[in-house]
Amino acid sequence: MKKVLFSLFVAFLALQATAQDAHVEANVAKKVPSVKLVDMKGKAVNTAELTANGPVIISFWATWCAPCKKELNTVHELYADWVEETGVTLVAVAIDDEKTKSQVPVYVNGKAWDYVVLMDPNWDFKRAMGVNNVPHTFLVDKEGNIVYSHNNYAPGDEEKLYQELLKLSGK
Amino acid sequence: MKHLLSLIGFTCALQLVQAQGNITGNMETTFQYLNEDSIINAKQPVQKGLLNSYMNVFYTQGNFKAGMRLESYLPRIQGYPNRFDGTGIGMRYVGYQNNFVDVTLGSFYEQFGSGLALRTYEDRNLGYDNLLDGVRIVLRPGKGLVVKGVYGNQRLSFQKGQMIHGAGLVRGVDGEFHLNEGLSFMKDKALDVVLGASFVSKFQEDDNPDWILPQNVGVYGGRVKLAYKNFYADAEFMQKEQDPSSDNKYIYNYGHAAVFNLRYTQKCLGILISGKSVDNMSFRSDRTKDLQDVLINYLPSLNKTHTYNLVATLYPYATQPMGEVAYQADILYTFKKGSKLGGKYGTTVGLNFSTTYQPKHTLNGIDLNDSSRVVYHCRPFDLSDSLYWQDINFNVTKKLNKKWSGILSFYDIKINNDVVKVSEAKGIIHARIAVLEGTYKINTHHALRWELQGMWVQKNAAGLNDKGNWATALVEYTISPGWFFSFMNQYNYGNADVSKRVNYPIITCGYIKDATRLTVSYGRQRAGLFCVGGVCRPVPANNGLMINLTHSF
Repeated sequence: MKKVLFSLFVAFLALQATAQDAHVEANVAKKVPSVKLVDMKGKAVNTAELTANGPVIISFWATWCAPCKKELNTVHELYADWVEETGVTLVAVAIDDEKTKSQVPVYVNGKAWDYVVLMDPNWDFKRAMGVNNVPHTFLVDKEGNIVYSHNNYAPGDEEKLYQELLKLSGK
Repeated sequence: MKHLLSLIGFTCALQLVQAQGNITGNMETTFQYLNEDSIINAKQPVQKGLLNSYMNVFYTQGNFKAGMRLESYLPRIQGYPNRFDGTGIGMRYVGYQNNFVDVTLGSFYEQFGSGLALRTYEDRNLGYDNLLDGVRIVLRPGKGLVVKGVYGNQRLSFQKGQMIHGAGLVRGVDGEFHLNEGLSFMKDKALDVVLGASFVSKFQEDDNPDWILPQNVGVYGGRVKLAYKNFYADAEFMQKEQDPSSDNKYIYNYGHAAVFNLRYTQKCLGILISGKSVDNMSFRSDRTKDLQDVLINYLPSLNKTHTYNLVATLYPYATQPMGEVAYQADILYTFKKGSKLGGKYGTTVGLNFSTTYQPKHTLNGIDLNDSSRVVYHCRPFDLSDSLYWQDINFNVTKKLNKKWSGILSFYDIKINNDVVKVSEAKGIIHARIAVLEGTYKINTHHALRWELQGMWVQKNAAGLNDKGNWATALVEYTISPGWFFSFMNQYNYGNADVSKRVNYPIITCGYIKDATRLTVSYGRQRAGLFCVGGVCRPVPANNGLMINLTHSF
């Protein structure tokens, strides 16, 4: 009995090894978790479905975060080219809570951003994505796998993000 | 034999997890080595070294979800609430979620509407965590319709590595309906409508020998959001039943909270007008607690959150939950590229005004000597002439050329220190602050950023101006994407007490690799929201070495 079980176990391990090889890609990648947020108008959005139209940049920001605004304003100037070249969509997730949430559309429109803007006032998506501090930017492929992330913004970081985006688009 | 079986079981479980599950999470660890510094009143703790750590792990597999946070305070860093010690599990849950139902058992964070009735949330930087521990059910029975129910005890503290609950029980239900998603005839209408309503109740045993206290206290009300083309309006009103507590000195008045926002936006322009009225609205699951303990609702102040350190750290305003009436106006406009004021890259101008007053209390027909303990009348948005807070500020953001960009800001702040008590001064403190920030992009990866800040505190009738004038200078050098170095000094050059004309120098270096960030700083820090090298976090006053590591996975 023991012998049979042992050989079963060995066989199982072998099986698992091959299974793991097949899954190695899937295991490494982290998927965007499903959280239900709303946009600036109150329309429901499931975060797991953000990549329906191609790759996505998810950028966590707040109206009170100067470097976040610097990053998104810098990308704003390059965004039309990025969209044309790679089909990317930028989703700016505002983590402003009720204190400053109503200022989000004022800033977004005042700056004429073309991004998809989602509201995360109680930090449900921020928590699920493992974000410690803002700005935190993620690059997600069209299958929903997070392929790159960066927790900071300094001038020039947009260049690295663009390189990663080109790599993802196979360009 | 038994071992072999459990080994197989374990391997199977592992296999299952590895094959299909998705794990996300993050961690942070902060080490402080603090010096004694009598000048800024910073004490050296007996342990000398302090260490805070936590890690969140969230697991999902298909519709199943589970998560936990391990926390460790060995001992807690300075400025953290004094009821955190030990190592253990501070939050954990299991749940199931599909497009119709979302069930969570264990710890959860939830917000109803704008949070006037219920908001449980965490801010690890501040040590704030009022999570609910119990059951939450979210139903989505039709398009645009969300119904939530919560039932649980709140987290009060974390001692000897264990979560400690507050004394009361919290129950609540909330419904929200987005008409344009849910009703077919509203689908393509230009008018967008969201309606919602909440009811939250707390139970706490009456163990008070002096009064007959209500054991169940309810808060209820509704909200509406309307959007039409470029216009937007929302409003929420909540009423609280009689809730005698140590906050309101055991009075039997009803309480209320109301907010509204009116907004107009178009390309390059945003205008916002907001109002808020609060009276007797402190709502806790333990009536004897104070400060940040077991608050069920959320009453933020109605003003802009400033980030430059003199504005953010010296005279910040927080809501007076016992009562205030506040208004705010916020405008942002971008002069287009190529226009006279816009220049080559466009120019953005922001204007913000906020003001807060004490509400008006009347005694019409109230007998203070009867046994009702209803001690005043208060109508929503009825304000007295006693000022709590006023802030007028504007800023101009301009990119000059490929290399240079800058921001010029000005603030005029009045704060009633008899009410807010941010320092020793009496009466209204009136401060003016100017900040000039510049960024010079040396090349693609190297950049230099600097800030010059001045704060001028006006003298009152008695010739006093609190701690007097301040100046701050900051230089930051960044090498994208991996490194930053910064030096900042704050100088209280205008303090009337010459011995308190103190410098607060601090040097910070950081290294960032993807989702991992390591920073090391040494020097003196004032309390407040501290922004450096691209990230903002609130910190307490101290003097010494601080090492911080964050990672997301």
